[in-house]
Amino acid sequence: MDFLGFIIICVKVLLVFAATMLGVLGMVYAERRVSAFIQDRVGPNRVGPKGLLQPIADGIKFLMKEDIIPDRADKPIFILAPAILLIPALMTFAVIPFGSSITLFGREIALQVADVNVGILYILALTSISVYGIVLAGWSSNNKYSLLGGLRSSAQLISYELAMGLAVVSIILLSGSLKLNDIISNQQGSFLSWNIFKQPLAFLIFLVAVYAETNRLPFDLSEAEQELVGGYHTEYSSMKFAMFFMAEYANMITAAALTVTLFFGGWDVPLLDEGSLGIMGTIISVLSFILKMAFFLFLFIWVRWTFPRFRYDQLMRLGWKVMLPLALVNIFLTAGYLTLQASN
Amino acid sequence: MGTIVKSYEPTFVDKLYLPAMVRGLIVTLRHFLRRKVTIQYPDQKHIPPEGYRGLHRLNKYPEGRIKCVACEMCSAACPADCIYIIPGPSPWDEGKERYPVRFDIDLLRCIFCGFCEMACPEDAIELTEIYDFSNYTRDDLLIDKEGLLEVYDLTKDQNFYTKKSQSQASSANTSIST
Repeated sequence: MDFLGFIIICVKVLLVFAATMLGVLGMVYAERRVSAFIQDRVGPNRVGPKGLLQPIADGIKFLMKEDIIPDRADKPIFILAPAILLIPALMTFAVIPFGSSITLFGREIALQVADVNVGILYILALTSISVYGIVLAGWSSNNKYSLLGGLRSSAQLISYELAMGLAVVSIILLSGSLKLNDIISNQQGSFLSWNIFKQPLAFLIFLVAVYAETNRLPFDLSEAEQELVGGYHTEYSSMKFAMFFMAEYANMITAAALTVTLFFGGWDVPLLDEGSLGIMGTIISVLSFILKMAFFLFLFIWVRWTFPRFRYDQLMRLGWKVMLPLALVNIFLTAGYLTLQASN
Repeated sequence: MGTIVKSYEPTFVDKLYLPAMVRGLIVTLRHFLRRKVTIQYPDQKHIPPEGYRGLHRLNKYPEGRIKCVACEMCSAACPADCIYIIPGPSPWDEGKERYPVRFDIDLLRCIFCGFCEMACPEDAIELTEIYDFSNYTRDDLLIDKEGLLEVYDLTKDQNFYTKKSQSQASSANTSIST
């Protein structure tokens, strides 16, 4: 790799990192504002114009708070756990293409940090690592509520990861590739070529599983403040607590980006050939990606303030007895259809 | 005779839960778009309706004479026993012989029941619409005759909160608590 290529990659990494962190800040603000609006309140509107600087004020508050480590806690793991949760959350965004390629300095630059040819596997693998963060946080706190939260979370993530993976398999069957770029190019064309219209069932399963994966309501059993105090982060304070929050929001951003990529054509605008428009096409594609993502992020918050939490047995029943068989049936139908089509 | 209550059998569509979920989302979306009823208090003040029972005032006649004749009906009617009056001979010539030398109200004891204004034969004591007169010390919440007359000047023409600018309102607050 030459020097220019190295610079370009560094810039892309920084850009994506900064954008994700900015997105996290935006989500903190959006969550508070949208939840307030849904409850007929106004929400934070004092810090900066329309309260936009509220997340920064929150961040400063977190930094100033006393960092408490419980006496009986397993110190190294206790300190490590938030990082284990946050880092994969930030890393997953690396393989997601967020715009059509752009030509700068006489070379074509893909708007994607790493074009891994097993992109989806990479994402599924990394999101599974974040379970360790939660479980270790729960275990090392030496607190029964934390431990219960960690256990619930691990059970939940394992059972929903299956359904999510199987829903993704049916998408892979359609595109014939694990590469996210191929999945996007497979959806280019009109609206109807988006995967949501080809695979509505897979989309539903994936969407539900994603809420469970990100530990968001209605599946936030690992936090369940009414029964478990704060769940796995009961004993955490100060910046470590903030890291759990950042990880949650970063996970949501990645999940929204993944949903858009897999089911809504990624950065693609239907009926528009971005490549022929040059730099404008790239800008349009990035904007369309952000817009689609924003909708799913809004949906995350919207759903949180609409549905009550599932009971633990309901959660398990839904995961194993409804979503998993449905996902299997969906794969069977998709595969059967593709085989028939190939033989004709 | 007992009646047989049929238990609810969910249909297939009910069991899908999806239509119900979408309906729930629409409900919350409607709330999201609804105009908010919050009053941004220090910037924007709630205007109490007619007849609101807030801070007291002592009324005056147009020529400036105080209406109160220190009959002490109000302090007798007061269930909280918060009105303290010292009567004296009126310094004005016409008609009424008595007037209050001192007229103190302990706002911390007052329960804003409005019995004093009902008991008053001269329509001298009245409750106004002013509700935000908090203060830092207990002493500052004892209001005397001068304070009560000042409240009258502030509220005689119009509702205290309708046309007053912010600066006037805040200066009134400090002067009330003398």
